[in-house]
Amino acid sequence: MNDMLKIADREFHSRLLVGTGKFASNAAMDAAMDASGAEIVTVALRRVDIENENDNMLAAIDRARYLLLPNTSGARDAAEAVRLARLARAASGIHWVKLEVTPDPYYLLPDGEETLKAAQTLVQDGFVVLPYMNADPILARKLQDVGCATVMPLASPIGSNQGLKMRASIEIIIEQATVPVVVDAGLGAPSHAAEAMEMGADAVLVNTAIATAENPVKMAIAFKLAVEAGRMSYQAGLAAQSTHASASSPLTGFLRNEQK
Amino acid sequence: MTRTTNITAILADNRLDKDRSVWADALERVTAAQVEQALAQAPGRYSVARMVTLLSPAAKAYLEPMAQQARKLTIQRFGRTIQLYAPLYVSNVCVNSCRYCGYNRQTDVNRTRLTREQALADAEVIAAEGFRHLLLVSGEDSAYVTVDYLSTLAHELRRMFASIAIEIQPLQKDDYAALFAAGIDGVALYQETYDRDVYADYHVAGPKRDYDNRLETPDRYAAAGMRRIGLGVLLGLADWRLDTLAMAEHAAYLMKTYWRSQIDFSFPRIRPATNVIHEWPYVVSDEHLVQMMLALRLCFADTGIVLSTRELPAFRDRMMNICVTRVSAGSKTNPGGYASDTTAAEQFTVADERPPAEVAAAIARCGHEPVWKDWDAGFIGV
Repeated sequence: MNDMLKIADREFHSRLLVGTGKFASNAAMDAAMDASGAEIVTVALRRVDIENENDNMLAAIDRARYLLLPNTSGARDAAEAVRLARLARAASGIHWVKLEVTPDPYYLLPDGEETLKAAQTLVQDGFVVLPYMNADPILARKLQDVGCATVMPLASPIGSNQGLKMRASIEIIIEQATVPVVVDAGLGAPSHAAEAMEMGADAVLVNTAIATAENPVKMAIAFKLAVEAGRMSYQAGLAAQSTHASASSPLTGFLRNEQK
Repeated sequence: MTRTTNITAILADNRLDKDRSVWADALERVTAAQVEQALAQAPGRYSVARMVTLLSPAAKAYLEPMAQQARKLTIQRFGRTIQLYAPLYVSNVCVNSCRYCGYNRQTDVNRTRLTREQALADAEVIAAEGFRHLLLVSGEDSAYVTVDYLSTLAHELRRMFASIAIEIQPLQKDDYAALFAAGIDGVALYQETYDRDVYADYHVAGPKRDYDNRLETPDRYAAAGMRRIGLGVLLGLADWRLDTLAMAEHAAYLMKTYWRSQIDFSFPRIRPATNVIHEWPYVVSDEHLVQMMLALRLCFADTGIVLSTRELPAFRDRMMNICVTRVSAGSKTNPGGYASDTTAAEQFTVADERPPAEVAAAIARCGHEPVWKDWDAGFIGV
């Protein structure tokens, strides 16, 4: 089946992206990544010495197998995010970046204004930019317009495990997007991931729910299967959940009766 | 609570800085049913009523379910990780006379100020142990530990450390802004006690006598852009429940006003030091300290909870499995203590003397990843 996820100039079989934070050990992270089938893993630049290949966490990630996607988690404004992305590229040669500008250290909600500013600068600078964003359809279009490779709306506040609280807005983003829509943050259960994929999201990103599960490997497999099931269901065409009545037509049935 | 715009007024209006009997009574009146009701609500959001309930004597019977909730919430918000940091004492010269402190200017101890080279020598040792988060500590030595001294030092230290915080005397906002620009991103400044009368009793001379100046200092460094705001009370000076209530109000105020900065709570229990008093009117037991930490976690989901080497290994290891998010390790509380066999006076006697690698192993044993680096010098452009 040729159903590849295409981001910028790269193609991926897996539609599950995973994060590397919050794991009990690098070994636990590695095992969960392996089980998830993910091909893109995101790493917080604040957590690693990106210029150091022997950094514990980086060393645990097989670069031949996974696309390492550095993120700017912790940046409070566009200037900080841009500076961090540039330092990381200079040190590592990686020109992909998951752009996160989250000035509020508690809910870690993204700052749309600063994210757009940073995205513009980084795209012009030759980066492949995957921006984390609020589920705001207008912002999604603006980020798309400045050349972002994806849009990554949050399902609900990061780490909250609340699932698709932003469903109505994400539906609009999916409807309007010309770049892949990766639902990021807040997916607390495989059923949430399946729901996002059924809606037509191109991919999902999961970290907390896998990393903090009692059994991260099992949970990674569950997410993998859920993402596949959701995707398959989307492609199969869910039986329309329509508000139109079809079994009977109380208002226009008379037309057919008259024809007889 | 009344809606007020500065912390001095908030504490005064709510009688949290003086004559606090109204709160002592409220704490006594809490019933088991109220505690159960509080624990039935989703944890992590602050209200003063919730704080009173969880700090109450009645809640002491519920430490296990509180700990279960705190552990779950901490893992959800912070993951299975614990951050490590090390303190670097640069001067034990002090102009204050705090009756509990080994640096008290009236005590006859060996005073040392580290030159830039000496400080860097200590820093090299700390970095070689694996640390990327550093806390620069000093007595109130404004004549020597100046903005220039710290900026120059920070400039060098940034090559070795991802994050540098300070625990020194209160400064002005412009000073903090200069230090932030030099690469210092966090400040810890403990009120010691929020009770004005007790505060006056322990801080008998020196600039630290000024309760209001100290109380308003976090406003100045938060406004200057500092990312991490360290709050704490010195446990042993006054009623811990009342001081925790006041500190929680202080935190809630700072979180609302300086919403880009993160709060860390520290829990310094008084430790022995040379030539200072050893009788404390409000001894805080392990059980009390646990209740304090749990109550704060169940009201503040995302604040850092810091436990230093003032605490014994066994206690630290237990708490790392419940709600602690940052620990120090291998600490030397005397200037020059890392790189030399100095006889300079310690601020306090360390209770957990395990080397950093052993503390990291203990973190791993309780099912957590020891995190040495969780910041990046690249955030601040210098």
